[in-house]
Amino acid sequence: MTACSKNDFDNRCSSSPFSFTKENEERAKQAISHYPLGREASAVLALLDLAQRQIGGWLSPEALVCISERLKMPLVKLYEIVGFYSMFRLSPRGKNLVQICTTTPCWLRHSQEIYEAFQKRLGISYGETTKDGLFTLEEVECLGACVGAPALQINDDYYENLTPKKVDDLLKQRKEKKEKP
Amino acid sequence: MSLSPGNRIFKNLDGSEGISLAASQKRGDWETPKKLMEKGRAWIFEEIKASGLRGRGGAGFPTEKKWSFVKKTGLPSYLVVNADESEPGTAKDRAIMLYEPHKLIEGALLAGFAIEASVGYIYIRGEYYKEACILEEALREAYEAGFLGKNAAQTGYTFDLYVHRGAGAYICGEETALIESLEGKKGFPRLKPPFPAQMGLYGCPTLVNNVETLAVVPTILRRGAKWFSSLGRPNNTGTKIFCISGHVNFPCTVEEEMGIPLRTLIESHAKGVRGGWDNLLAVIPGGSSVPLIPKSICDTVRMDFDDLRDVQSGLGTGGVIVMDRSTDIIKAIARLSKFYMHESCGQCTPCREGTGWMWRMLERFSKGDGNASDINLLEEISYAIEGHTICGLGDAAAWPVQGLIRHFRPTIEKCFDDFKDHGKEKISS
Repeated sequence: MTACSKNDFDNRCSSSPFSFTKENEERAKQAISHYPLGREASAVLALLDLAQRQIGGWLSPEALVCISERLKMPLVKLYEIVGFYSMFRLSPRGKNLVQICTTTPCWLRHSQEIYEAFQKRLGISYGETTKDGLFTLEEVECLGACVGAPALQINDDYYENLTPKKVDDLLKQRKEKKEKP
Repeated sequence: MSLSPGNRIFKNLDGSEGISLAASQKRGDWETPKKLMEKGRAWIFEEIKASGLRGRGGAGFPTEKKWSFVKKTGLPSYLVVNADESEPGTAKDRAIMLYEPHKLIEGALLAGFAIEASVGYIYIRGEYYKEACILEEALREAYEAGFLGKNAAQTGYTFDLYVHRGAGAYICGEETALIESLEGKKGFPRLKPPFPAQMGLYGCPTLVNNVETLAVVPTILRRGAKWFSSLGRPNNTGTKIFCISGHVNFPCTVEEEMGIPLRTLIESHAKGVRGGWDNLLAVIPGGSSVPLIPKSICDTVRMDFDDLRDVQSGLGTGGVIVMDRSTDIIKAIARLSKFYMHESCGQCTPCREGTGWMWRMLERFSKGDGNASDINLLEEISYAIEGHTICGLGDAAAWPVQGLIRHFRPTIEKCFDDFKDHGKEKISS
């Protein structure tokens, strides 16, 4: 995440404001209803997640403005939150976000080989996106799937007990997969 | 010594059976929540106290004691389920949420009832998307069957339970950081006191319990405190879920009796260490935050709170990370230090700066670049972090490093010597 000055921010805000789709609006209302009156801010993670899904994996400045007005939270608070939690991002990513766990339990079971397999097949390193915009590769901390090490996550799905050979099938499968709305 | 199938609490940890309400009921879940609740709050407290149940999230604090701190103050009280499992080596709560979600929900209802909370939140880590969906579905089933909501289980008591997804922050597993996050803020741990039992979520009395702790409550109440406390050893009663990962032939999540010898645990469930027991180098017995123990200790140590504490380690979450002789132990611990550096929230200077120092030093050590006094310096830094931070993350970051120095100082020194002898070749190759 990069810092964003007021000027920057105005420039990046397009003229069309963000709004939730009808289904997501329902979901947002439901999420807010889980918390006591006056505590709507508790739904901020849920709303940010919804917006990020709707936009396609990242949060636009307009979406943050919309949520800050909705939850009556100062915009800067939202930027703080987005910067704090690793699952939010402020710039577009590939359609498939490949997050390889390399913390000790996965490292002991050769997560490095999994990374190298991806690196070889996709021609990208950590933090990069393929030219066709299909894959972004990232290194992450413990995914909490240590028994199935080495493990990785692509968007919402976990894949465990990986071998470099399995990476080929996985890539093929993801290329063909249509994302759920 | 091994847990007999009849004494197992989690009968579907491997996911071989269904997870629906009907399938869970066949395994005994939701058998008589009404009967249990009608016996009264005092009875529930008595039973949990007599069972000797200690928190399964890592600290091992007596559960009944924690419950008893939540006092009625006129404000509503809350139950928060800590499902933010992110400790390297640990995937036990995940198994419960995937395959035994109704045990957790029933446990939450009973605990919520005991502390007179009318609302509960399950704070689940954001990465666990599938697990959150399964919980949502299980909650829907429980509401439909009348176990939750108004007049929960026909007792006249109202209890609502919601799933709250996190967004990727290990620190939110710390209970006050979790509460901050639930309130819609950054997950910064709070200064204690006041403890959450006095001032927790929205300033109200709040009980934060780990998934496994709550999931065993219904079975304890049904089968009786006597049964539970007959398992394990005094002060370390009952069963525990262990996750065995790393260099074993069959990594697995398994429920066992507390106090099982570590060697038996690994050999009977994980099909032994890769290359045989003699190929073992060291084990981290309770998730990344506890100091490692070398093979000589692993030979005899028992897996419970007191026995592991006596060997200067800890049971922690029960995440057993096994490392065989092929492991570069310095790199293994350096990777953990990197984890803590990444996950430090940055509130306290010793932790924010210290975790990075420790990682950089260990990275340097792993290449062989250092001398004996550097090891002392690293140890000094670890003690400068431990106990000097608001929450336990600083301690958790320091302990693995201290364990490494305690048991593997000669290994580090040998690494330095090799570098002095062959360093130039190493660099040029």
